[in-house]
Amino acid sequence: MAVTAIGKRGLTQRTAFSLLVLATAIVTIPVLFIIVYIIVNGAGAISWEFLIQPPSQAGKAGGIFPAIVGTLYLMLGALIFSLPVGVLAGIYLTEYARDNWLTRLINMAILNLAGVPSIVYGLFGLGLFVMAMHFGMSLLAASLTLACQALAMTITTSREAIIAVPREYREGSLAIGATKWQTIRHVVLPQALPGIITGAILAMSRAAGETAPILVVGAAFILPGLPGSPFDQFMALPYHLYTAAAHVPGMPKVTVWGIALVLLAVVLSFNSLAIFIRIRVRQRRFGL
Amino acid sequence: MSVNYEVLSNRAAPTSETKLKTEKVNLFYGTFQALRNISLDVPKQAITAIIGPSGCGKSSFLRLFNRMNDLIIGARVAGAVEIDDIDIYDKDVDVVELRKRVGMVFQKPNPFPMSVFENVVFGPRRHGKTNRHELAGIVEQSLRQAALWDEVKDKLGQSALALSGGQQQRLCIARVLAVEPEVILMDEPCSALDPIATLRIEDLMRNLSDDYTIVIVTHNMQQAARVSDMAAFLMMEEDRAGTLVEYGPTSQLFTNPKDKRTEDYITGRFG
Amino acid sequence: MLQRGASPATADSGLSMSLRRRWRLREKTIESWIFLNGLLAVVVLLGVLILLMREGLPVFLYTSPLKFLFGTRWYPVSEPPTFGMLTFFAATLWVTLISTAIAVPVGVGCAAYLAEVAPSKLRETVKPVVELLAGIPSVVMGLIGLLLLSPLVQSIFNLNTGLSGLTAAIMLSMMSLPIIVSVSEDALRAVSNEFREASYALGATKWETVRHVCIPGALSGIAAAIMLGVGRAIGETMTVLMVAGGALAVPLSPTEPMMPMTAAIASGIGNAVRGGLQYQALFAIGLILFLMTLSVNLIADRVLERQKRKFAR
Repeated sequence: MAVTAIGKRGLTQRTAFSLLVLATAIVTIPVLFIIVYIIVNGAGAISWEFLIQPPSQAGKAGGIFPAIVGTLYLMLGALIFSLPVGVLAGIYLTEYARDNWLTRLINMAILNLAGVPSIVYGLFGLGLFVMAMHFGMSLLAASLTLACQALAMTITTSREAIIAVPREYREGSLAIGATKWQTIRHVVLPQALPGIITGAILAMSRAAGETAPILVVGAAFILPGLPGSPFDQFMALPYHLYTAAAHVPGMPKVTVWGIALVLLAVVLSFNSLAIFIRIRVRQRRFGL
Repeated sequence: MSVNYEVLSNRAAPTSETKLKTEKVNLFYGTFQALRNISLDVPKQAITAIIGPSGCGKSSFLRLFNRMNDLIIGARVAGAVEIDDIDIYDKDVDVVELRKRVGMVFQKPNPFPMSVFENVVFGPRRHGKTNRHELAGIVEQSLRQAALWDEVKDKLGQSALALSGGQQQRLCIARVLAVEPEVILMDEPCSALDPIATLRIEDLMRNLSDDYTIVIVTHNMQQAARVSDMAAFLMMEEDRAGTLVEYGPTSQLFTNPKDKRTEDYITGRFG
Repeated sequence: MLQRGASPATADSGLSMSLRRRWRLREKTIESWIFLNGLLAVVVLLGVLILLMREGLPVFLYTSPLKFLFGTRWYPVSEPPTFGMLTFFAATLWVTLISTAIAVPVGVGCAAYLAEVAPSKLRETVKPVVELLAGIPSVVMGLIGLLLLSPLVQSIFNLNTGLSGLTAAIMLSMMSLPIIVSVSEDALRAVSNEFREASYALGATKWETVRHVCIPGALSGIAAAIMLGVGRAIGETMTVLMVAGGALAVPLSPTEPMMPMTAAIASGIGNAVRGGLQYQALFAIGLILFLMTLSVNLIADRVLERQKRKFAR
């Protein structure tokens, strides 16, 4: 049974709702179009060689293997440097912090960290990790930069996951004589784990797609091999895509779409994984 | 155990004219049956109280009359609900028009977070009145009818949320009156108010019943006895579906109930 | 609240004093370590600010802040170099304004549809698509703008090049949609049902309820959503770098090629001598960009706080 209205007001309502539907279509249809377009146009470039060979002829031939590996390294690096501190910060905010000015300051900082433009993180990484700490244009510097950018997300998602753990569990544990840290370590964290993992995956997916920071901190367009240590230079998919699309004359279009497809596949599969876990956790929580 | 209810004896017996009517009405939420086979005639320009233990479907029953149950996904009505002999669940009925004729006051005062003035004119504006002068007239008249005018006439531009709870509820009544309904449904309108505010609302209801048909749901039996002309007692059956146990003039239902269950309830043995 | 160091009295009987002391020490150590990590967000944010100031402010020893902000000539390698960033600022302004003008009606309309009108099945289908949009990397959006949208814009507006502020703004509007949609939808959902019921009971239609009760009730939340969208548009880099055209003249029309602040940093930083004047100037632009997004975010936060205290109960 829907609320129906008759006459002029009914007409106004129908017109208004049609406009809302139109807005929703404008949001959704281009997304689907973009994804389908990239799949259709990029599929031609995808082959085993494309995925496992290094590039040749300025990227016009050969594959993108070092870029794929570089991106995986970056995702891992960003995760290693941002997840532990993010979780600990989340624990602090939920379990230890009192409602005072410091907590408000921390929350405000988190909020604003999320809004800092990626290029500014790039400048930060360049000034701090590349220059001041002498890591150079390296995988390490880029990972640390991306980790700083991911920090807001890992803290927020950890905090939400920890808050969601029912109080009764904590009380139950404390009541049998566990210390506060034991309670957190053995009761709260295991319960919050799926939520924390979801946040971690989202942070990795974000790190995989970021271009501006690594452009500043110094990704390389073409490297013959893989980085041998954290202090080596690296290739990465998004930077490779940017250079191939914008700076290499005579680049075959199919190769460009192919790189875009691989990047999109990495990012979106991680995103879907996170969404999937979230749905599963929610279902389990409601006993479905 | 005997409980004395003060039943107002100076009330004229309700006219025989029927305003609202339900016939063998059943209400389902999905597979759950909330109401079963309720048949009831609500007399015109009188106050009809619906009483019964909590969860027996009083509010659901009340919401049949302005089709507020429509807003609940999966709600389904079988049987007839009529206003002036017109079935309000008929396909051709304009719900918006219906709700204009059948106003509703809710349990918790829920003025919009706008000014007092804007709250009262919300309905009239939706129904096409735009003339500022005319609207100002409606505001004064409605607020006077709701016995709120003297208290708020100097702060019509102030936020309605600044009023006290009782004032807010009278504002909500004024907001309904501004639409010029024929019927006013009240869903435990005093449950969130203090005793003094409650008495003011009850006085107001008595005054309004000269012009309007009022149906009130209440869990407060003293209140039902004090204000209503007719009373209906609803109860849950085994499967939690609400049914009508007894319906009749308030004086009779409270002093000389026909059904044992009614007697048990009004003497406080359960519920 | 949980109690600090809550330990049952019975622990005395079983545990030796030294073990209990070790426990307490461990708790204290862990607590301090967690506290330090809790501070990290503040440290990083301050660190970004300090670093940008340290690297960027020295440029004002060479050129005055006024000249830097309002100068229109950006010639970092001429002799002597001049640094005026108005060109970039104007480009950022154009791109942000137009993308917001597109994204707000579409985003809020979509949010209103999802929150108030759409059947729940449809909503559950559309929301992942919006999340999908949020997940598409900006460089991919740049690619779409570069290869698909810009030829379209070029032919529609009959331009010399399709790489223009307008093209970038259209792509940016798509990128700020997810946040506008999701924050606005949350705001609409936070409007208590009591108000909807009251409105329906007065005989308002569904649309009238959305228009006169729900949207006004969610207004500050929607405003915050818009601010967050604006923040994204100001800070977005790759898309504008690839699509906006990168011209070094003050743009007078959105259909001109232009270079927003983020693109100026991204394209200049690779060639700038470390610690040189151009390097410092780019950090100074970064500082201004940081302060711009910071204030936009702080305003959005304030507005959101206000929303929480209004139509929700």
